[in-house]
Amino acid sequence: MINKIVSSLTEAVADIRDGATVMIGGFGTAGMPSELIDALIDHGARDLTIINNNAGNGETGLAALLKARRVRKIVCSFPRQADSHHFDALYRAGDIELELVPQGNLAERIRAAGAGIGGFFTPTGYGTLLAEGKETREINGRQYVFETPLHADFALIKALAGDRWGNLVYRKTARNFGPIMAMAAKTAIAQVERIVDLGELDPEAIVTPGIFVQRVVAIGAAAKKEAA
Amino acid sequence: MTQVRKKLSRDEMAQKVARDIPEGAYVNLGIGVPTLVANHIGSDKEIILHSENGVIGMGPAPAAGMEDPDLINAGKQYVTLLPGGAFFHHADSFAMMRGGHLDYCVLGAFQVSEKGDLANWHTGAPDAIPAVGGAMDLALGAKKVFVMMDHLTKQGESKIVKACSYPLTGQACVNRIYTDLAMIDVTSDGLVVREIYTDLDFDALVELTGVPMKNGTAA
Repeated sequence: MINKIVSSLTEAVADIRDGATVMIGGFGTAGMPSELIDALIDHGARDLTIINNNAGNGETGLAALLKARRVRKIVCSFPRQADSHHFDALYRAGDIELELVPQGNLAERIRAAGAGIGGFFTPTGYGTLLAEGKETREINGRQYVFETPLHADFALIKALAGDRWGNLVYRKTARNFGPIMAMAAKTAIAQVERIVDLGELDPEAIVTPGIFVQRVVAIGAAAKKEAA
Repeated sequence: MTQVRKKLSRDEMAQKVARDIPEGAYVNLGIGVPTLVANHIGSDKEIILHSENGVIGMGPAPAAGMEDPDLINAGKQYVTLLPGGAFFHHADSFAMMRGGHLDYCVLGAFQVSEKGDLANWHTGAPDAIPAVGGAMDLALGAKKVFVMMDHLTKQGESKIVKACSYPLTGQACVNRIYTDLAMIDVTSDGLVVREIYTDLDFDALVELTGVPMKNGTAA
């Protein structure tokens, strides 16, 4: 019997090794898998490359991972926010590497990795600092920049509900990077508020089919119920 | 130097932009000042708002106490969803832009060149932390790109320039500029002033702006 449900957050992140590339879902704090990130901090892996849209907010989630100095490099589109002070301090001290990627290129590079695409030409960024040194091509009279896929060893994402096959549904704009990060990582780990029986999710409404997901872990009240 | 005595407030600028967005348009209002446009669209027109974090059919801010942390816009402000609205992941959201499905986007700017080059993401200052977000995708991704900005910097320098001195967001991507002094189209024939909102006459406006512009005002 296929069962991708793991019983604890600790178990879910246990094999994330030092130096791993880890995608973390979320746009700001919407969709950020904070409980999985806390488990990753406790687990202790360091020298990580993190892929996320932002660079942490306040003191929790990704910000806490940065504060714990576990991140060697971050790939993101928008690190400059009023409450991203842990990233700011690391960046200004030269203690973290930043790869800045336009948001749509970030999303498409992740999607390309998940879809087995070796690269793509995009108009975004042409003629700007963020395309310097990259291959360009004119296609039908328009200028494009060549971008390559972004793969990861792990993806940590947040969904609303999941089943033992790894099928997932999300909640509102918390969906953001979850579906494409699940596709792009070798091991996709989803924290969910609710674990449901197989067949309970409407097949017409499943956003991430379980083939893209390796582990599902319940958080909050759902976790207590699972453990019982 | 020319004294500007009369200029539009940000809300008045937003009214001008809202006036020019037609019924049925799919629109992205970026973050910051352009989001004011939403307040002036009015109930006579059905306009569908997109936000790049994965929502279309976005409604106004929720009433106090009704905020949902899973329902935000690209500026990470709480919003609502109108009947008919939908959610989608990031790659689909940017496909809506780059695939040419979005009719308008309205962006803020540090500078716009006479060729329609846009600079709005990075001052290039050595101590600045660079952040681009969706700006480069939006600048190229909508059928029409409107910029909404003050005409002059706080130091009184024109933000409409011969060539941008700040790092570019996109080349030749701006179609129209709404400032607190005028509305100006970027055309293959150069900059064309369509409306003047200040007490300056056309010649004085051109002098203040410091780049060649044609007079396309109806008067």
